[in-house]
Amino acid sequence: MADKIILEVARYSPEQDTKPCFATYEVPVHKEWVVLDALNYIKDKVDGSLTYRWSCRMGICGSCGMMVNGEPKLTCATFLSSYAHNGNKIRVEPLRYFPVVRDLVTELSDFLVKLKKVKPWLIRKDTVPLSQGEFLQTPEQLDYYKQFSMCINCTLCYSACPVVGLDPKFVGPAAIALAQRYNLDSRDQGAVERIAVLAHPEGIWGCTFVGECTKVCPKHVDPAGAIQQYKLNAVLDWLTSFLMPRGHNSQDVKP
Amino acid sequence: MRQEIVKAAPAYTEFHPRWYRAPVSVYWWLGQWRYLKFILRELSSLFVASFVVITLLQVRALRNGPEAYSRFQHWLQSPWMIALNLVSFLFVVFHTITWFNLAPRAMPIWVRGKRLPEFLVAAPNYAIWLVASVVIAWFVLR
Repeated sequence: MADKIILEVARYSPEQDTKPCFATYEVPVHKEWVVLDALNYIKDKVDGSLTYRWSCRMGICGSCGMMVNGEPKLTCATFLSSYAHNGNKIRVEPLRYFPVVRDLVTELSDFLVKLKKVKPWLIRKDTVPLSQGEFLQTPEQLDYYKQFSMCINCTLCYSACPVVGLDPKFVGPAAIALAQRYNLDSRDQGAVERIAVLAHPEGIWGCTFVGECTKVCPKHVDPAGAIQQYKLNAVLDWLTSFLMPRGHNSQDVKP
Repeated sequence: MRQEIVKAAPAYTEFHPRWYRAPVSVYWWLGQWRYLKFILRELSSLFVASFVVITLLQVRALRNGPEAYSRFQHWLQSPWMIALNLVSFLFVVFHTITWFNLAPRAMPIWVRGKRLPEFLVAAPNYAIWLVASVVIAWFVLR
């Protein structure tokens, strides 16, 4: 393994620059180092002004997502050694399709607004007194939505999705997957409230099934699958309401 | 007047008065194979449509009698039609394989609380494709 690796890091200072440029740094390579370690090395030893987000270093917080050689990656889970074959050069950029605040830091307000719009929390129509205890759930009922609940909001899927880049109003993969996570939860009764946002040209129908969101997801959530499954349910729901105008069970697909 | 000025101002937020938004190139799909593959998959539907149109023309020729049908066959034998059909065939195969492989993602099938493996959902599609191809080949080649 080479002892040194070159990092080309996108730098952008809103006070001075009109657009980002690249700065090159030489970083020592240790077998166990990830891209985030290299950025921390730069910040500690070379240039303290380099700005980026990170927190847990273990793929839980979802803060350190960046473009590494053009691919959306969690930098805490991307080993420098994987790029040794690439002429020992790594290009690190902020996540694609998001506005850049400074260097590698992106602005996430738009995502957070979209996330809130799909109401990713348990909605109950009835009010059950606390004395009746918790809502019980079988392991099978948990398995039904568990995959979609693993999302850490790292937004790598937004950077992988060309629809997000071309149509900024598209609700996006993670938010739809999280909506589906609650739709499939046996304790939730809010599927009807989520339809207006989801079954919409800027919701599921905006998705063209590129499928890259699923490929880049570090938690194997499969947002593309969630969206297609919702599309299928929406069509069946429309068909049922068309054939049986009265008494169909809208978007209730739980086991 | 003042209201107009406020309306024309960019949508600054309280926290980040300036940010950089990279423009999305019209050729965003050219750089990486995964996105080019997606565009080719979408493009393949045009060739599927061309097959449908040719089949409809064939049915019309069949209805118009033997002379019309032999004219149609002659038209099909022209080099540019053979080339179009060859390219269409490759695109239709690509279309079929990519969509069959995506089918299990859109249709998760749960049996006794466990999700069926993806290949088990895709396999029946391939099986039906194979059987249909064999039946058609038998009709055409016998």
